Amino acid sequence: MEKGKTVIEKVWESHIVHQQENKPDLIYIDQHLIHEVTSPQAFEGLRLNNRKVRRPDLTYATMDHNVPTQNRTVMKDEVAKVQMETLQHNCEEFGITLADMDHPDQGIVHVIGPQLGLTQPGRTIVCGDSHTSTHGAFGALAFGIGTSEVEHVLATQTLMQERPKTMNVKVGGELAKGVTAKDLILAIISKFGVKFGTGYVIEYTGEAIRELSMEGRMTVCNMSIEGGARAGLISPDEKTVEFLRGRRHVPQGEAFEEKAAEWLAFATDADAEYDVTLEIDAQEVEPQVSWGTNPGMTVPISGNTPLLDAVENRDEVKRALQYMGLREGQPITAIEVDHVFIGSCTNSRLSDLESAADIIKGHRVKDGVRAIVVPGSFKVKLQAEELGIDEVFKQAGFEWRESGCSMCLAMNDDVVPAGGRCASTSNRNFEGRQGNGARTHLVSPEMAAAAAIEGKFTDVRKFQEKVLSQEGSFGSSS
Amino acid sequence: MEAVRRHRGKVFPLDRDNVDTDQIIPKQFLKRVERTGFGQFVFHNWRFGNDDGESFGLDSDDYRDASILVAGENFGCGSSREHAPWALQDYGFKAIIAPSFADIFYSNALKNGIILITADRGQVKEWILCAEGGGLHLDIDLERQIVTWETGRMGFALPPHHRERLLNGWDDIALTLLLEEKIEAYEARHEA
Repeated sequence: MEKGKTVIEKVWESHIVHQQENKPDLIYIDQHLIHEVTSPQAFEGLRLNNRKVRRPDLTYATMDHNVPTQNRTVMKDEVAKVQMETLQHNCEEFGITLADMDHPDQGIVHVIGPQLGLTQPGRTIVCGDSHTSTHGAFGALAFGIGTSEVEHVLATQTLMQERPKTMNVKVGGELAKGVTAKDLILAIISKFGVKFGTGYVIEYTGEAIRELSMEGRMTVCNMSIEGGARAGLISPDEKTVEFLRGRRHVPQGEAFEEKAAEWLAFATDADAEYDVTLEIDAQEVEPQVSWGTNPGMTVPISGNTPLLDAVENRDEVKRALQYMGLREGQPITAIEVDHVFIGSCTNSRLSDLESAADIIKGHRVKDGVRAIVVPGSFKVKLQAEELGIDEVFKQAGFEWRESGCSMCLAMNDDVVPAGGRCASTSNRNFEGRQGNGARTHLVSPEMAAAAAIEGKFTDVRKFQEKVLSQEGSFGSSS
Repeated sequence: MEAVRRHRGKVFPLDRDNVDTDQIIPKQFLKRVERTGFGQFVFHNWRFGNDDGESFGLDSDDYRDASILVAGENFGCGSSREHAPWALQDYGFKAIIAPSFADIFYSNALKNGIILITADRGQVKEWILCAEGGGLHLDIDLERQIVTWETGRMGFALPPHHRERLLNGWDDIALTLLLEEKIEAYEARHEA
């Protein structure tokens, strides 16, 4: 009997267009997502070579990286404006659907894909953005590509790719109360390093992963790239199916049930084998805070910054501490912040905002802290407003913004000043990421909310004990 | 893409692991719609930024004409921005040597004809030390897959199809379009 297969192998093998010995496979791409920053040169390449977009119907565009999150009527940044207009012209010229800045479907590309039902199990999905791995939460093989590859997909709807090695990251046990998907993925990267996944596609398995909501799964898969893996995915199950039911781009009625059966067949077989398996116990994960300049430089909230004599990469740690304005051996709970950012493709979905609002309710943002919430899409923003979540944030002293990538990479006006220190729900704490000289600490939305209230990092679980004993919290989505 | 067969040049040593693409080309330069002109901004914050521009050294007389970058582990991690290899190439780097590269950077750089060589950590450390002060030149022969320098030589192995592509300067899109019938057949099999 044929050996069982992983979801990774199943998706790969069902997309092979052409195979040759000693050459990469040519694989078909089911869904191509594009945005304003990494696409202009690809379209220009098509024009120079007199090529067309092969499947505009499988291509979907939005504006997210550059968009202002306030005062959208006037684009002050002339260069960014040209880039957005270029996307508009390119989509018109090549017949591609575009959710522009004022469109009700606009949002961060990795938030709107699942929201519209463009993200489906068993699909190959690419985008000129490394966080495309987010869509892996649905059992899709989704990965970031460069602009040359964007051009390749536009022209041919295929990519030349080496067959990836498979890795199982098995998360046993249950996450403790107050510990989130964000803490889990930060703990995984902290434990295994920022390049453990290089050359692999990760499948996340185990009880703790099954228990996560689809939003939580997206948060985990989103940061696969911070562990070096181009893609990270999770086998589809009933949660996946229920999330997608009724969404605009999935079949409706009886056809949906047929489709759902096809999707579930992509799940990894019980007897499938991986090239590598790594294990982590969910029970040992605490709320996490990054202290350094890559996502692997992360410790639990009860921890300290490292001691130089205790690390192998002394020079790197020393540089990171210096950039971050921290001393060795400093308790994380002694670090004060002056900025809080709740947003990004990692943590800007409705449930992220709800969880943060649950903590914020009845509290005020600490004096001297500038706190902003940037919903992941126009729709998330509307839904949150219907639930009154915007009011909770605003009354506490948060700024409530329009959707976009915003302060995750600070291409627009949402910048942390030099020397500023930000508790951020985003995915990268690289030098200068949120602004030249800015210092980023990666945390969950709940931990960011707690930091906003206290003006320093603190274990969010002490607020949650209070929330649980009160009535009227949100938590409508699981 | 231009064909590459051989490159001789001076080494700029970058003794850091996990150099991410945000450092190679910071986000404020990603708003341009052209493919060219990014070289002036390469490593911008480390060269012209806050603390250690001078110690970074790329703009010192020692390295001004460097065309080979030797760096630490996991070079090019993070963002998928192809602006990173565009900037390195536009600045004048023809080859990058490191113990390991991040996946997306690796394919982006190859697409632009940059030679990428993976060498063991010990060898990389040795080159980084020797290159101090602009004193190391490497001769990279892609056809024979050999690196030679004043005091040594080392063989390397690129995946055969990467080597072929660099040597021939192939355009992947043109190659793929030759397989259009296969793509059509795939689509015919899968259209609902």
